Amino acid sequence: MADTELYKALGVSPDASADEIKRAYRKMARKYHPDVNASPEADAKFKAAAAANDVLSDPEKRAAYDRFGASWDQPRPEQTTRQDDRWQGGFAFDERDVNPDMFRDFFGDRFGRGDMPRDQHAAIEIALEDAISGAKKTLTLQSPQIDRTGHVTMQTRRIDLTIPKGVLPGQNLRLKGKGAEGADLLIEVSFRPHPIYTIDGRDLYVTLPVTPWEAALGGKVPMPTPTGTVDLTIPPDARQGQKLRLKGRGMAAAQKGDLYAILQIVNPSKLSPEARDLYQQLAKAQPYNPRSKLGV
Amino acid sequence: MKKASPRSTHVEVIETLSLSELTMFCDTNADWVVKLVEHGVVTPVAEATPEWEFAPKHIARARKAARLMRDLGLNVAGVALVLDLIEERDRLARRLAMMGG
Repeated sequence: MADTELYKALGVSPDASADEIKRAYRKMARKYHPDVNASPEADAKFKAAAAANDVLSDPEKRAAYDRFGASWDQPRPEQTTRQDDRWQGGFAFDERDVNPDMFRDFFGDRFGRGDMPRDQHAAIEIALEDAISGAKKTLTLQSPQIDRTGHVTMQTRRIDLTIPKGVLPGQNLRLKGKGAEGADLLIEVSFRPHPIYTIDGRDLYVTLPVTPWEAALGGKVPMPTPTGTVDLTIPPDARQGQKLRLKGRGMAAAQKGDLYAILQIVNPSKLSPEARDLYQQLAKAQPYNPRSKLGV
Repeated sequence: MKKASPRSTHVEVIETLSLSELTMFCDTNADWVVKLVEHGVVTPVAEATPEWEFAPKHIARARKAARLMRDLGLNVAGVALVLDLIEERDRLARRLAMMGG
């Protein structure tokens, strides 16, 4: 059997020692843990590494995997005595050995400990716009169910919910009675990165490009806000990186956040001959050395 | 506490969790939360109430701490440092994004 997917998930060769596997797993876990690494592929890489480690760190399971490949966990005639307490799903775990917490967000809380689930956790990633206007979402949850023969099957449930207006990243939602066994379901909210806005607490930030003359002369420029375009008044002699506040235009949380425009002075990519003439006049009319602090 | 729309599930934004709710939420015990408080990982809202209450930011930190300690084998001091560094990194990443970097 030349199945080496699990070794690849840890980036080790199939003849790696137990120590090498342990080291590789720890390194992957540090690098790709979803709480450390927010990139979209990190979560999948972390879970793959954890699943691979679960099999390869156990000599018995590793031997079975080396021999049978991906189907190492399927029941075989000589294994009938152990067959009943194995999962029959697509997950290569033995219920007694699986770390119940590792996959809590998928499987529901407290699974595999023998006691009844009390709460269930899930996570949802929403767009900034969803939090501003309060969008309807469908949450898909997988929870394990144990049937009469003791087998575990994954049950998929769909829950429709409305994202409350003004919810902030890191906040939790409570869905009464929607968890396992009628417990509450707690949902941790995170935001997808937004192409225009950066969120910090309940405040929003937007980088607003302005021309050198808009910055120098001041005046009104159009500016995006989550609820539509507004005219922002720029003061004369505005600086690069200057922060302008639009009070109460941030997130509509219980306490309203603010929206900040951060000015970014941008030159046209090519000047017209007339503009070049005007710049030459400007150079004469306004002597100024921005490098005086550098001593030149 | 937010209202629910009539047709879908009742959704409530959690404003605070009590100590016992937090221990359940993090699948842990009160001693563990006390350790987090001692290391300054989380801080209860006010000490006026008979039971500690935790605000959303601290609930999120406790959950993160629980996951990191479990998955990376960290102790409380280690996770306190990691969370501080992650917060600092996120703050710098936000500043960089604001500067159009």
